[in-house]
Amino acid sequence: MILLKNATVVNAGGMQQTDVLIDGETVARIAPNIECFGAEEIDCDGKLVFPGFIDMHCHLREPGQTHKEDIGSGSLAALAGGYTTVCCMPNTDPPTDTAAAVAYIRKRSAECGNADVLPVGCITRGQKGEELAEFGHMKAQGAIAVSDDGLPVGNGAVMLNALKYAKTFGLTVLSHSEDKSISGNGVVNAGENATASGLRGIPKAAESAAVARDVLLAEEAGARLHVCHVSTAESVDIIRQAKKRGVKVTCETCPHYFAATDDEILSYNTNAKINPPLRGERDVDAIIEGIVDGTIDVIATDHAPHHFDEKNKEFDYAPFGTVGLETAFAVAYTRLVLTETVKLSDLCRLMSAAPANILGLTDRGRIEVGARADIVIVDPDAEYTVDTAYFKSKGKNSLFDGWRLNGAVVGAIVKGEKKQL
Amino acid sequence: MKRKDILGIKDLSKSEVNEILTVANAMRERLDDRERGSELAGKNVATLFYENSTRTRNSFDLAAKNLGASVMGISVAASSVQKGETLVDTGKTLDALKTDAVIIRHPVAGSARLLAETIKASVINAGDGMNEHPSQALLDALTATRYFGGLADKKLVIVGDIRHSRVARSNILLFGMLGASVTVCGPYTLIPDGIAGLGCEVDSDLDSALDGANIVMPLRIQFERMSGAFFPSREEYHEYYGVTQKRLRLCADDHIVMHPGPVNREAEIAGDVADGARSVIEEQVTNGVAVRMAMLKLLLDGGNVR
Repeated sequence: MILLKNATVVNAGGMQQTDVLIDGETVARIAPNIECFGAEEIDCDGKLVFPGFIDMHCHLREPGQTHKEDIGSGSLAALAGGYTTVCCMPNTDPPTDTAAAVAYIRKRSAECGNADVLPVGCITRGQKGEELAEFGHMKAQGAIAVSDDGLPVGNGAVMLNALKYAKTFGLTVLSHSEDKSISGNGVVNAGENATASGLRGIPKAAESAAVARDVLLAEEAGARLHVCHVSTAESVDIIRQAKKRGVKVTCETCPHYFAATDDEILSYNTNAKINPPLRGERDVDAIIEGIVDGTIDVIATDHAPHHFDEKNKEFDYAPFGTVGLETAFAVAYTRLVLTETVKLSDLCRLMSAAPANILGLTDRGRIEVGARADIVIVDPDAEYTVDTAYFKSKGKNSLFDGWRLNGAVVGAIVKGEKKQL
Repeated sequence: MKRKDILGIKDLSKSEVNEILTVANAMRERLDDRERGSELAGKNVATLFYENSTRTRNSFDLAAKNLGASVMGISVAASSVQKGETLVDTGKTLDALKTDAVIIRHPVAGSARLLAETIKASVINAGDGMNEHPSQALLDALTATRYFGGLADKKLVIVGDIRHSRVARSNILLFGMLGASVTVCGPYTLIPDGIAGLGCEVDSDLDSALDGANIVMPLRIQFERMSGAFFPSREEYHEYYGVTQKRLRLCADDHIVMHPGPVNREAEIAGDVADGARSVIEEQVTNGVAVRMAMLKLLLDGGNVR
C-alpha cells in the first residue's frame, strides 16, 4: 500500500488538497488525513499529483531501429516525463502490421515494467497505403488504435475503407494527415524563413488539405478520426467546424507547435527539423487558441528519437523529429499554465483524461477510487535548464535542449507500483 | 578581417563588405597588371565541391594560386556522401591535413555552416543549396561599383528563377546593403514565399520591372531542374521573361547587363544582349578572381595589403 500525504490532486474536473491511498493496483481511498499503518508514505506537500500522463503518439523504434530507441529506454524516458501509458507508432522495421508484431510489443512492455506501452497497428500492410492490415487480429493482441503515421494513406478510397473497417472493431484511426504531393521534398515550413535560409518549404496546405480530406471521409464513414500533430491555423479551423457539425473527430498537437516557431530553423538546427514543420507566429497563436477553446483535445509528444550521428548532418539529410517524452509536461506547464493560458485541470485533461477517453482506456486518466493507480508527482517550483545528457531516452535530439523550464516530474506510480525515475 | 569564415552576405557587416570590395578592387588592378603575389605562400587551400562547377571552382583555384597558396581539389559526387564519409568526417580529415581554408559547394542549404562549426580551418561558402553564394554577389557588386562608381539609388532587377537561386538571395542582401534598390521578377511559380522580407520588390511583369533599371541580371534557367511544372516551355519563358534588346529600351539610359553564367542563349537572355555593348559578363569573370583573392587574403593573411 502507498499513501500519498498532503497531495494537491489535479483531475480534469478540478483540484483538491487530500491524501490518496493506493491498495494493490488501484486507488482505494481519497480523503484528508488518512492514517494507514504499514503503508509506504510519500510526502506530497507542495507537490502536484496528476493521473499518469498518456501519450497518444510516440516512436519507440523497436523492432528494427534500436540504435535510436528501444522499448526499455523509451518506456523509461516516458516515466521520467510523467507518462505512465504511451502509444507507440507502427513505423518500426518491419512495420507493426500483424497480430504477432503487436503481441511482441506488449510482451516487451510487460518485461520492461516501466510505462505501459500500447502498440498502434498499421492501417495498411507494410504502411504501403494499399491493403488493410488485420485490425481485428491486431486489436485482439492489444493494438489500441491504427495509424500509418509518417506514411499517410494517399489513396482516398483506401482511407475511407480504413475508417469504416476501424469503426467495425471500435478502433480509432490516428491520422498523420499530409498530402505528400504538396509537401514534396520540403524540409521546413514554406514561408519567409524557408526562403531566407534557402531550405525547401512545405506549404501549410500539405497538412490542411489532407486534414480536410480526412475529416470529410470520417464524416462520410460515420467513423471516429483522431488527427495527429496539428500544426496549422487552417487545420484547427477545419476541425473546429467539423466538431460543430457533429463529426466524430478529435485531434492532438505537440509542445513544439505551441512553444516554438520556424525561427528555430534559421540556425540550421537539425533538431528543429520536424514533420509537420514548425510554423509561424500566427499558427502558434491559432494552436493555443484551439487548445483554449477545446478544439484541440490532446497534447501528445510525437517523441521521435534519432541517433546523434543521424542528426549531425546536412539539414536535408537529417531525419525529421524531436524527442519529447521528457520535456512535454514542463514545456506545457511553463508555456501554458504559468502564462495563465490554461488551468492545471485543463492540462490534466489534455495530457491524461482526454487521451484515455479517445482510446477507450476506461481504467485510467483520472485519480478516483477504483481507478488504476497510475500517478505522477510533480514539483511545480522546480526551475532548470534542459540538458539532454540526463535524458533516459537514447535520443538526445531535443528541440528543447538548453531551454529554461519549470515543473519537474519527481515521482511515478504505475498500476500501484512505485517506479524509480 | 576578424572572422574565421565567410558563409553568406547575411553574416557580413557593411564595413566587412567594404573591406572585401576595397581589397578586391586592388586585386583587380593587380590582375590587369598580370602581377602575382606570394602572401599566402605556405597556406593550403582545399576546394570541396559536392556539385559540379567549372567557373566557380576554377576561379577560386586561380585566386589561391595567384596569392601563392597550394590548392587541393576534392571532388565528391553528392551520392557518395550518403553512402560513405559524412561531411563532418571529411571536414575533420581536412583539418588533420592542416588545411587553412576550405572552399565548399554543396547542394544542401546550411552545409557550409555545418562544416564551419565542425572544423578549425576557415570555410568559404561557394554556394550552399538555395541559401547563399556570397562570392558571386561580391563579384557582382564589384563589377557594378566599378562601372557606376557607387550603388546608392541604383536599381537592380533580377529576372528568372528566384526560387531556386542562391545568387538572387545573396544579391538581394548585398545590393540592398550597399544602397541599391532590388526588384525580383519572374512568374509566381519561381518567386519564393516571403522573398520581399529579404528587402526587395516583387514584380511578375518584366516590362514594368525594367522601368528605370540600371542593372539587369537574368538568371540561368536550369532546365534540368524544371521538372515541377514551374513553366510550360522555353518559348513561352523567353517571350515573357527573356531579356532582349527591345526590352532593354525600358531601362535607364545608362544600364548594364550581368549574368552569373553559364548563359542559355534565347532562353533567359537573347544572344545579342549577352554579346552586346551593355553586357559586362566577361568583366564579372575577371572580377570573380579578384573578389576570391580578396576573400582568401582577408581570411588567411590578416588583411594587410602588401
